[in-house]
Amino acid sequence: MKTFPRGGVHPPENKLSAGVPVEVLPVPGTVVVPLSQHLGAPAEAVVAKGDRVLVGQLLGKAAGFVSAPVHSPVSGTVAGVDMVANGSGIKGLSVTISVEGDEWMPQIDRTDRVGYDCQMSAEEIVKKIADAGIVGMGGATFPTSVKLTPPQGKKAEMLIINGVECEPFLTSDHRVMLEHTAEVLVGVGLLARALGVEKTFVGVENNKPDAIDVLRKVYGNILRELPPMEIVPLKVKYPQGGEKQLITAITGRTVPSGGLPIDVGCVVQNVGTAFAVYEAVMKNKPLVERVVTVTGAVERPANFLVRIGTPVSALLDAVGGLPEDCGKVIGGGPMMGRAMSNLDAPVTKGTSGILVLDRRTAVRCAESDCIKCGKCLTVCPMGLEPYLLAPLVQKQRWDEVETHRVMDCIECGCCSYTCPAKIPLLDWIRLGKAEVGKIIRSRLNR
Amino acid sequence: MIYTVVVLVVLGVLLAGVLFVVAKRFHVEEDPRIDTVEGLLPGANCGACGYPGCRGLATALVTDYSEELYCPVGGASTMGVVAEFLGRAAVVREPEVAVVRCGGSCAVRPVLSHFDGARSCAVAASTYAGQTGCSFGCLGMGDCVSVCDFDAIYMDASTGLPVVSDEKCTSCGKCVKACPKVIIELRRKGPKGRRVFVSCVSRDKGAVTRKACQAGCIGCGKCVKVCEFDAIAMADNLAYIDPVKCRLCRKCVGECPTGAIVETNFPPKKVVAEV
Repeated sequence: MKTFPRGGVHPPENKLSAGVPVEVLPVPGTVVVPLSQHLGAPAEAVVAKGDRVLVGQLLGKAAGFVSAPVHSPVSGTVAGVDMVANGSGIKGLSVTISVEGDEWMPQIDRTDRVGYDCQMSAEEIVKKIADAGIVGMGGATFPTSVKLTPPQGKKAEMLIINGVECEPFLTSDHRVMLEHTAEVLVGVGLLARALGVEKTFVGVENNKPDAIDVLRKVYGNILRELPPMEIVPLKVKYPQGGEKQLITAITGRTVPSGGLPIDVGCVVQNVGTAFAVYEAVMKNKPLVERVVTVTGAVERPANFLVRIGTPVSALLDAVGGLPEDCGKVIGGGPMMGRAMSNLDAPVTKGTSGILVLDRRTAVRCAESDCIKCGKCLTVCPMGLEPYLLAPLVQKQRWDEVETHRVMDCIECGCCSYTCPAKIPLLDWIRLGKAEVGKIIRSRLNR
Repeated sequence: MIYTVVVLVVLGVLLAGVLFVVAKRFHVEEDPRIDTVEGLLPGANCGACGYPGCRGLATALVTDYSEELYCPVGGASTMGVVAEFLGRAAVVREPEVAVVRCGGSCAVRPVLSHFDGARSCAVAASTYAGQTGCSFGCLGMGDCVSVCDFDAIYMDASTGLPVVSDEKCTSCGKCVKACPKVIIELRRKGPKGRRVFVSCVSRDKGAVTRKACQAGCIGCGKCVKVCEFDAIAMADNLAYIDPVKCRLCRKCVGECPTGAIVETNFPPKKVVAEV
């Protein structure tokens, strides 16, 4: 069975909510919709305080090519457009809406009937995806339409759909694959058409045999409606869901250092994104809700279909609140997620899960000195040297940090996870990435 | 044995010849005054002047003297000696000192979350807004302390804030650059070290600041009104006292409702007995 060759770790899977069907979370009283929920320029607000909005109405338009519009996830009155803190306490321009009823824009098709017919051209599909504000739903939140527009002179040969969900605890993609199989496959077909690719692969780790079976079965049933695609089971290993790891696992190609998947003719999209694409193209529905896993040390781990902008605290209340010995609430999974300092922060397009850890699990052990055991080297899927990068960052030797390929780091956290001295390697490397990124940008501007 | 000696002697003579030719051919005439000026400079190689080290500044002073070149560590006395040696007019600048513009001690700024990542302000600042409700204030992990070459800053364990020693601080500005929240400012030392400044950098609205910290500037503007010298400016809910215009009358200190305006090194006020 296929997997990527270099590095990787096997953290306990803890997929507590894998068997729990997706529930629809009631619409909250107030939602906060940040205008920057994607990588790139924040959207520009097109509503003002006091405006009435419907579900699916445009709140902010895309500001540039690498940007995405933001739509209203609820109907109600705009209570303000101002700075609101996100999960890390960092403030960003957001639209606050007080909810009144649940009125949708009339052109949105809210029936459950699966549509297969699409007469749109590739350009029309990409435009539709851009207008719906769809971004990478796996957590990276890179605008999908940008990925579907390869730069001049480059051609996508194959589309890879990421159904790996290698993060422990998270099950939102898994549930989407099980419950909306046909929709996901139609979405994949639309993506393949938008790119004009011949080959399409759907990579799923073999800890989700039910998802692999149902994808294959449904694909067999609706074969005629779809372009050819292959469901590829993958051996379980973290971080298989990383774009570059997935490409290597499925095709054997390696994305060059500093390059993008398109350099080896690949485009990778998440299954959640494929589902959102289906809804946008076939149902006219912009990205206003997503599936979020709420799991960990809570009474009732669950998967919810949540409107964007719902406060995280509402999700936690729905699973029985925080436990008494709560140590940490993490936005995302345990490997790549970030601890939250503000639970009133809203769910955004990139929130795939909320993980609650008890105090015993959450505590970081005391750091000791590096003994150069080289474990971080063997687990790094990008072939970097974390033990070397961390002290170089501490000493602010940015030129050397750059030559040691810090920008190739995918921030998977394998090094920190495996370090026997409990050195927060990724914390330092992330800082190095940020600083070197600044230096590279200033060099380009000069 | 004899061959060894002969080979080594011949090699030695040949290579000596090469070295001689190279030394003559690529000889660089260096102004001997550079060495002398370097000797006059403090030799801390801190980089505060903008050059990589003292020799860089010495070279610049000798070859390209200008008013801009200044060693804040040596201060007026060093620059006077250097100017005299070079036969130039001495540059005199007000001595400066680093001041920490955050009064959010543990007592006045409640901690809402706990950061357990790498102990570094830079890492913390790139990850989240801070352990308290204030997203502008000191993170308290001491990046400023670790960059200081002169042992002039330490973290006060009781307040959780850095403290600068007036005597040791050379105003090299390393801590200013190291602080990701841009809290530390190089400010005029003032006569006898007397200074008045706003010890807060929060640009939040008053209500938000007040909720997060009892010692923050809430932008009420009382200090601006009371100042007779037009020295205080208000921008983005934050007062700033211009050290040039400030006459150290200290009226604003008493007026500030949150105590965000700080005075240093003033003698204790005489208590006037009330009749």
